[in-house]
Amino acid sequence: MKLRTVFLAPGSIVMLGLFFLPLLIVLAYSFLSRGAYGGVTLPWTAESYSRIFDPLYLAILWRSVWIAAVSTALCLVLAFPLALYIARAGARKTLLLNLVMLPFWTSFLIRTYAWMFLLRDTGLVNTLLQSLHVISAPMPLLFNTGAVILGLVYGYLPFMVLPLYATLEKLDPALLDAAADLGASPAVAIWRVVVPISRPGMIAGCLLVFIPCLGAYLTPDLMGGGKTVMIGNLVQNQFTTARDWPFGAAISLLLMAMVLLVMRALGDKGEELL
Amino acid sequence: MQTVLELRALSKHFPTHRAVDGVSFAIGRGEFFSLVGPSGCGKTTTLRLIAGFEEPTSGQLLLDGHSVEGLPAYRRDVSTVFQNYALFPHLTVAQNVAFGLARRAQNGKPAIAGKIAKALELVHLSGKEARLPNQISGGERQRVALARSLVLEPKVLLLDEPLSALDAKLRKEMRQELKNLQRTIGIAFLFVTHDQEEALSLSDRVAIMHRGLLEQVGTPQAVYRTPKTRFVAEFLGDVNWLEGAGVRPEAVRISRTAPVSAERATAAVVEGQTFLGNCVHLSAKLENGSACVVEMAQQECDFQPGERIYLWWQKADEFRVPNEAAA
Repeated sequence: MKLRTVFLAPGSIVMLGLFFLPLLIVLAYSFLSRGAYGGVTLPWTAESYSRIFDPLYLAILWRSVWIAAVSTALCLVLAFPLALYIARAGARKTLLLNLVMLPFWTSFLIRTYAWMFLLRDTGLVNTLLQSLHVISAPMPLLFNTGAVILGLVYGYLPFMVLPLYATLEKLDPALLDAAADLGASPAVAIWRVVVPISRPGMIAGCLLVFIPCLGAYLTPDLMGGGKTVMIGNLVQNQFTTARDWPFGAAISLLLMAMVLLVMRALGDKGEELL
Repeated sequence: MQTVLELRALSKHFPTHRAVDGVSFAIGRGEFFSLVGPSGCGKTTTLRLIAGFEEPTSGQLLLDGHSVEGLPAYRRDVSTVFQNYALFPHLTVAQNVAFGLARRAQNGKPAIAGKIAKALELVHLSGKEARLPNQISGGERQRVALARSLVLEPKVLLLDEPLSALDAKLRKEMRQELKNLQRTIGIAFLFVTHDQEEALSLSDRVAIMHRGLLEQVGTPQAVYRTPKTRFVAEFLGDVNWLEGAGVRPEAVRISRTAPVSAERATAAVVEGQTFLGNCVHLSAKLENGSACVVEMAQQECDFQPGERIYLWWQKADEFRVPNEAAA
């Protein structure tokens, strides 16, 4: 056997057995009928796909898209100055990067519960503000769409910071001198020079944030309290409570198609990541 | 000559060293002025202080008679050609040249287009407007950097080792072109280089820096022929230190018989010779043990090692530097 084959085999087997085949099963399920107690039965049908166009489900799709888009945009706005700062921080770069990655040391679930503890009616923020007499009644900080976006931005911010940092770190500082030398104020220099040059990093970061946000399940479930339903929750719901596996499978594939579409739309950089 | 840029006791001190220490000089309108010295002598820091990229620790900087203290780089009427050109990689040649013009409100679009075309023509880059910096050669990038600065008609153009990234042949071509360009447009050039030959051949005046201090300012002829310090003498060329005076190798003559009318003469023994292409360096040992190098044409050099000879030179060709420095 050639060395190449030996090296490729483990990965290929894993991908084939644990990704491609299950995907085919999901595809098959999406064209079958629902069983009475979950599962699937014959006959073959495309009914699950036509049900997606129900306004109820379209609303969920639309909500998922805009929540993911807003979260991505917020991540970009927050991460850009941070990444620029870290890229120019000299000797403290490593420390700052480690701080960005520090949250990964504990599970996302625990961190989400921590946020809930902070934001609930009897949580730290509300009790503190009440004891300071800033507010008289607890503010609704949790179990709404705002909380979901906060949770997503918090969770995926590092995925925006890291690719941005990677491009900004390579930026020749002389370019900023040159921009200033040619009459550009710092703000203009950032807008006209730094931003366009760091575009690949921005695209990579946006993909890395938008895709998981679009399929988010945990955050809308916990921070949204089940009231802000996104695609991920819909899929979960179909496989559990609703016992409609074919429809769940159809939505899963739709989610995948949407992700592919986004990557396609973002062009070359997206293809690279594919 | 009217002064366009003046440095008064300009200093930049860092916690560990004094990069620039009380440097004063003035550049006239339309002058080609070089700042030369070895790496780490403070010449680039001086340039960055003038451009506004660094704040001086003390001292004054006057542009057209007005202090530029506290004025940020983007408000200073000087422009820099960077060592590695610092062209914007995402912009085309024309867009790079337009960058500075677009920052100035009084320029309408048609005016900008005309100025870009003129600037690119000046540096022989017409037809390359749409190229990106990574699609043109090093020499062309150099020209874009020049055009990008010159199009703004700055009071002084600051050039930070602009030729050092080019190969030797191109460097010599660009040297001449730079000189012609400067004569044509009449903008004062402040040219920073570590290459003394470049500085001497291009400049109206040269300033030599060493360890943050300005050693000497003068015309290329003056600083070469009558250096005031040992450092300047040795940085600008080879020197023979003979009896406390310095003499350049090309000023020393050689003969087999004792010279009759020479103002300075000494007996010596030929030690050897080094072929340098356009000339030969003959090394000789004086009776007092000191060494002397004589520069001469290849065809004149028929001396053999061990041969007894006489070295002589004119008094006008020798220079003296302060005692602590003399050999």
